[in-house]
Formats: sequence, structure tokens, C-alpha cells
Amino acid sequence: MTFVSKPAVHHPKLKLNELGLNRRDYEGSLSTLCAGCGHDSVSAAITLACSELSLPPHRFAKISGIGCSSKTPSYFLGKSHGFNSVHGRMPSVATGTNLANSSLHLIGVSGDGDSASIGLGQFAHIVRRRINMLYIVDNNGTYGLTKGQFSATNDQGSTSKKGVPNLYAPIDLVSMALQLGATFVARSFSGDKAQLVPLIKAALMHPGFAFIDVISPCVAFNNHEGSTKSYGYVRDHDSQVVAADLVMHRDEITADYAPGEREDITMPDGSCLRLRKLSADYDPRDRLLASNYIMQKAAIGEIVTGLLYIDPAASDCHTIMNTTTQPLSELDESVLCPGATVLSEINSSFR
Amino acid sequence: MNREAQTRYNDFVVRFANVNGSGSASANNMFAKALFRMGIPLAIRNLFPSNIQGLPTWFEVRINEQGYVGRREGVDLMVAMNAETYAEDVESVLPGGYLLYDNSKPLPEKFVRADINNIGVPIATILLDEFQDAKQRALFKNVVYLGVLSALLNMDFEILCNMVQVSFRGKDRLIKPNIKALEIGRNYAKKNLHCPLDIQVRPCDAVGDKILVDGNTGSGLGFVYGGATVCAWYPITPSTSAVEAFEKYANRTRIDPKTGQRNFAIIQAEDELASIGMVIGAGWNGARSFTATSGPGLSLMSEFLGLAYFAEIPAVLLDVQRTGPSTGMPTRTQQSDLLSAAYASHGDTKHVLLIPSTPRECFEFSALSLDLADRLQTPVIILSDLELGMNETLSEPFVWDDARKYDRGKVLDAQGLEDSERFGRYLDPDGDGIGTRTLPGTHPTKGAFFTRGTSRDSYAAYTESPEDYVANMQRLEIKWETAAKMVPGPEVDQSQNSDYGLIYFGTTALPMPEAVAQLSAEGINMDLMRVRSFPFNADVYDFISSHKQLFIVEQNRDAQLKSMLVTEGSLNPEKLCSVLYYGGLSITAEFISSEVIGYFENNNWPRLSGVNL
Repeated sequence: MTFVSKPAVHHPKLKLNELGLNRRDYEGSLSTLCAGCGHDSVSAAITLACSELSLPPHRFAKISGIGCSSKTPSYFLGKSHGFNSVHGRMPSVATGTNLANSSLHLIGVSGDGDSASIGLGQFAHIVRRRINMLYIVDNNGTYGLTKGQFSATNDQGSTSKKGVPNLYAPIDLVSMALQLGATFVARSFSGDKAQLVPLIKAALMHPGFAFIDVISPCVAFNNHEGSTKSYGYVRDHDSQVVAADLVMHRDEITADYAPGEREDITMPDGSCLRLRKLSADYDPRDRLLASNYIMQKAAIGEIVTGLLYIDPAASDCHTIMNTTTQPLSELDESVLCPGATVLSEINSSFR
Repeated sequence: MNREAQTRYNDFVVRFANVNGSGSASANNMFAKALFRMGIPLAIRNLFPSNIQGLPTWFEVRINEQGYVGRREGVDLMVAMNAETYAEDVESVLPGGYLLYDNSKPLPEKFVRADINNIGVPIATILLDEFQDAKQRALFKNVVYLGVLSALLNMDFEILCNMVQVSFRGKDRLIKPNIKALEIGRNYAKKNLHCPLDIQVRPCDAVGDKILVDGNTGSGLGFVYGGATVCAWYPITPSTSAVEAFEKYANRTRIDPKTGQRNFAIIQAEDELASIGMVIGAGWNGARSFTATSGPGLSLMSEFLGLAYFAEIPAVLLDVQRTGPSTGMPTRTQQSDLLSAAYASHGDTKHVLLIPSTPRECFEFSALSLDLADRLQTPVIILSDLELGMNETLSEPFVWDDARKYDRGKVLDAQGLEDSERFGRYLDPDGDGIGTRTLPGTHPTKGAFFTRGTSRDSYAAYTESPEDYVANMQRLEIKWETAAKMVPGPEVDQSQNSDYGLIYFGTTALPMPEAVAQLSAEGINMDLMRVRSFPFNADVYDFISSHKQLFIVEQNRDAQLKSMLVTEGSLNPEKLCSVLYYGGLSITAEFISSEVIGYFENNNWPRLSGVNL
């Protein structure tokens, strides 16, 4: 395998963000995924979202498991540390990261094999624990690295490249996340940058666990006629419910919406999450309705995308545990060690 | 007969047979602690089922003024309070020993042994007369037999009453009836039984400033003192109480009095895979973190341990061993995880092991493991066991030097990165095999790298180059040699200057002084080595090469330490005789000495002259 390093030069007219950085400062190394892979679009969307939010590109931790999706943290935010861990276990490594240093922006990238099969248990429990992070699944319904086996999110009846139908019911991670108490749940499509980038921005600013399931077609093994995770199928069956725009507090709100179509949610940092309802009968603050709606649409073959659920009053694991606001990794002996005097008292209790 | 001449002071085994969940534990503990406060060395052994309520449980106290407190076969005084187990309880009493039982109902004929002394006390009848409430009667049963024992064994009654007052502090209304129950038992014994028995206690000063504590408490406390801030774990016997101890002392010493915020985080994970994953995630970010588990959990953690070894991330794992394989005997002890811990995970992996023998060492090794993990950037596994972890025994007090600083290892901060040319995570700048690491979020432009379980070059870039792969694996070997110089060396006693050496580790240390005395009485004098860590350092092999014949005592079937010594040191296995006990109880001095003597007899090895055999 050879690697071509990316040229560092960029177009002089690239827009600078508040930190004086341009989009290229948020990129990673050159992707080694297949040309046209949906995952590269997701990486690009993360790059753009972080750049537009003007977050320092080194203040992230990127964690992944194993699989095509899990390679992608190499391809964005090259100034941040990344950790390509073991298959299905990204959530536990991400949890440890967040426990140790709550001041980092945490992005976990996983795949459908990684999260819905081998790592289903860890997926479920990180949702429960409300780790403050963005959890993205690059969902292509197939095992790419091992050459095209069905994954657990593959729809029943959807066919393999050779035409063999999948016999088993799919696991819908979005529905699971809703049931398990996630406070930010979205689904998007790697081919829809306009929808995905704002969702990633909103998720990164969400003060709790944010889950985005991104349908991300596999051009090598699951982009054919008969697949329900192909570019064509998703475009034809996409049912958008709520678009989310994160309006930074510094920005003037200029866009004009018809009354009743929009709703503003103030974020903890003072920015504003502007929701645009694309479907009149949908309320992204109603967990039960969201669950039902998604299942009803799935029954007629439609894929519901957009911001599916948000709880603006979300809290995170550290709040629940009442841990110190300073990262635990920064504490030293003076705070951590009770000292010899206390120890002699403890000794006395054993006499 | 001169009764005085036959009296055995401070040297016997008392076993209490109870039903678990019946409240006997607190009375039994009071019994042991009262003797400890009289200055008498002792060890407690709980024999309990994997069950919540209703099954038999035994509480055994070995009392020995010389400090021989390893397990000993045979019971001198059986407090038989569980009719279900009468048969085996009566059976376990040594000839001439005593059986204390409730004779409100007569002891069935089939349980009567002519060669032991039956002491019947109508506890149920007495309680019926003295206490109205049925619940009280059930609880005070244990206190009444404690009162009886105080008279039979000549215990200091004031100490006992004082213990009742201390243990019910805050629930003062319970003090009076408890003391009353004690007195009822004591008075009954004084009036109706021959007191004291020819086995009895007397005050002595053999305890010094020692404490009576279990190893898991030492481990949990050591993690507090060593600066662990993240604990992720999954409940499993017999390790659970180590995490509970960490939580207890962290709650006491790590909560900011002003804000009420915690300077630690404990997560009860969904399984052991997640526990170790969280520990590794936290270690990657520079927080000191640990998990505690037992054999089955260790098996589950294998994949992650390989990652932490290869990606070089600090992690600490306390394995309180129990009887395997599989679920085995979950509430029995064994030393059978050595191989699976030392070489956990696929590929060429090996892990640093620390093997404590006492609660004090549990404390020290917990704190030390956090330093070693940070310094060596690798998992450190502490191998305790159920015998050490869950039973209270005499221990030197815990000590801490306030001048001690945590060794965080080679971590480059922002200024360090600013001053350096090009950061290479897996370079070996000091020739000790240990690279320099950076923590996430440190510097805007320098020091970020991608951590992975795949092969990588010195600059953390993915590679499939055979040269780079081999170079990295060889550097890990250099690091392993560095580790051998840093881990605690063996505890060696060469005072016998013998051709024979005895090697042991962990809780085999408890019966060892007694075993040595027994062997010495047979004309077999041994040099001793207690192995405390892996990798084995030079002292371990020096001891082996300086003795003609060695005996390795282990509490497992497959001679796991021997395998490791032979493999790692390319030794001739014939030089090493195994003494193996693995029945799930702790090993006894009698077992060790009789096995060793057997080798001498079978091989006609010479003993010391002048000893009459």
C-alpha cells in the first residue's frame, strides 16, 4: 500500500473562520477508501462543520472501532489525536476518554457492523450513559473490508451484489437510540451535504449524547439495483422531516420562514438551533411520536431523515455523576492523595 | 491429671457453621476482633457459597501466638449452628476437640462421636425465655453463643462488651439487648459448663501495630492513594469489594468540600470488555485508571489487553483470582490465572504482573501499578486471590510517604512539543524501549498522532513494512527488559545456605513460616524465594541457579509459574519440583511440608545430619 501525502497549499481565497483558519486546517490525511465511498463525504462534512463552528482543530478526540468507517478519523481533523480501537468497542474507549478529559470535543465514528452487530451492547450502553459526544454511524448495510457480507442494518429482502436476498430483519439504530434515551437523534444521507453539515454542527454543540445515523452507500458492494442502501434508492425514498440550522449567537438571523414552520432552541453556549419543519405532522421534541413516525415510514419503505429528536434540556454523564469540572486527567497529588495523616486514621479503624 | 499442664493457649482453630443471610457474620467478626485486640495473631477464613441466603456458610478463625495463621486442617472447636451440616461439621472436629451445639433439641445419635467433647447449650430455649420478639431471638442466637465462647475460651469480656458498644454506635437501643444476650450466654456457661476449656486464650503482645484487614480493602485504598481517577468495572466475585473499597475511601477523601464535586469517576460497565475499554480510553488521555475483575473477566478483556500492549497505553487491572476453569468454584481461591494474565491476547503479547501476598502489599502494589503503567505505557495486572482479597488477616499497617510524587512517565506537554523538532510517538529516544507520548488536545499543531492496533512506524503512520514491524516488536522487547528492572524483585531468604530452594508467591506466603518450621524439624532446611512480579528479574534466576534442587509451590494444577520460569529462562525443568494444591481452599503448611518430604523420601536426597528421623 502506498500513500500520497496531501499537498499543503490551498486556494488563497478560501474563507477564514473566527480562528483565522480555513477548511483545509480541519482536514486529515488522504483517504484510502474506494473512489465515491459515502464515508469520504461524511468526513468532508465533519471537516466543514468543525471549521464553520470555529472550534480549535486540536481540541478533538476521534475514536473509532474497526471497519471502513473506522478508518475515517484519519481523514479529518489531522491536528487532533485519533484512536482506531478494536471492533465494536469504540463506545467504551470514547467513554474512558470523556471520563478522563471532559474538555475535549469527542467524535466517535463507527459502522453498521461495528455498532449494530459486534458492538450492539456497547452502543446501547453509551446511549444510556449520556456521554457528551457526537456518535456517527457510517451506515452502508454491508461489510466492506471482508467483501460484501450483509450487516445487521441491511433491510430484509434487500439483495447482495450477486442477487441473494437478506433473510433477516434489520436493526434500526435510530429507533434504538430513541428508546434508550438519547437526547439528540438524527439520520442523514452522505449524499446530502446541505442536510448533514448543519446536523453535525448541531450535534457537536449539543450538551449531551448526540447520535447521527448516516446512510453512506458502499460503491463496491452495496450500490446496486436491489439494495436499499444505494445512492439511487436513498434519494428516491428519503423523507425529510426537520432540518436543523445552527445559528451562532454572533450571526444575524436573516433567513425568512413562514410562521409555524420554524422553531428556535437556544443552546447552552448562547447559539441558536433553528429547526425548520419539512413535514407538518412532525414534532422533534416528542420521543414517542418520533419513534412511531419512523416505524410507520419504514413500513412503507421510506427513510426518515433530518433531526428526528432533540431534548434541549439534555445533561451528560459528568453532570449525573457530579464529577469535577476540571478534567480528571489534570488532577495531581495535592487533590488526589489523602496523605499519611489520613492513612494513619484509616489504619486505626482496622485495629 | 494436671489440667494446667495440658492447656493449650492461643493455638487452635475455631469454626462456626452457620446459614448464610442469618446475621452470624457480625457476631463472628466480633469474636475474631476481640481476640485480635487481646494481642493474639489470627486469620479469618470465610467459606461461603455462591448464593444469597439459606445455604451453609463457615467462618473459621485460626489463632496462633507464633503467627502461624495459614489455613490448618482440622477443627479444635466447632460452633455447630446449622443442623443441615451437622454430619460434616462433627466429622471435621479433631479427636479430643469440642463441639458446641444447641441442645434445645437432642443431638441425633448418629452425630455423636465418642472421641470428641460435646458441649450442649439450650440456646433456643434460653432465647424463648428471655426475648419476646421472634426476629430478635433469631439475631441474638449468634450473640448468645458468643457469650458462651467468652467463658469457654477465657476471653476478655470487657473487650467484647466494648466491641458491642462500638459496633452499634448510633443504634444505641441495640446495645443493651446485645450485651444482655452476651451475658446470658456467658452466665449460662459459667454456671453449667466447665470453664475455661483446655484450649483457651490469654492476652499477649504478638500483634504490635498490625492491622486486621482484607486484601481488597488494601487494593481499593491503594488506588485512591496512587491517584486513580477513573474506575470502570463489572461486578464479579471475589473482586467486587476492591471497587467498593475504592468507592468508600474516594467518597471520604475525594469530594471537594466546597463544591461537593467528585475528583473521581466510577462506572459500572455493561461487561468486562467495556470496563477495560474505558480504562484504556482514560489511560490514553492521561487519567490514572483501573478495573478489577476475576478469571472470567480477564478472559473477556484479552483482546483489549493486546491492544493496550501493542498501542502502548497505560492500564491497570486487578485480578482477584478464583477457582477456574470457566465458572469453576466462584467462591473458592486459586492461583490459576498466571498464564492467561501474563500472555493475555493473540499475537506475541506479554504483560507486567504484580503478585501481592499481604493486605499491605495489595495497597502498595495498587499505587505502584499506576506508576508502572504510566512509566512503561503498558497494562499492569495485579494478581491477588480470593484468600487474600476477601479474608481478614494480620497485616503491617499501610504507609504513605507524603513526599512521594506520582510517576506519570514520558508525557510531552505543549512546551515540550514547542521545543521539539518532529514528534515521533514510537521512537526510542532513551534506549529503554519507551517512547514519548502526547495526550489529546495538547498542542494546536504538534504532537497529534493516530493510535491504532495496526502496525505502524516510529511516527505512528500505518505500515505493512516487515522491517518497521520487526523494529517495533524488538523495541517492545527492550521495553520488556526495562520493565524487569522496574518491577519489585523477589523476597529472598538465603540464610540457610542450603542446596535446596523453595519458590512460592501470593497467598502461599501465609502458611510458609509454619511449613518451613515443619521441614526444619525433619532436617530439611530451605532457602526461600517469594516471586513478586513478572517479568522475572535477574535475582529470580540467580536464586534458581545457585540452588541444586528447587521446589515451586503453586495453587494451580498445571504448574503455571514453573512453565513461565522454564520458558522465559530456558531452564531445565527437572531441576524444579512442583508442589501443587488446587482444591479451592487455601494451601496449608502441612500440605507443603509433606509434599516436599515426599520428594526427599522418593529420591533419597540427603537431609541435615544430626536430625533424628
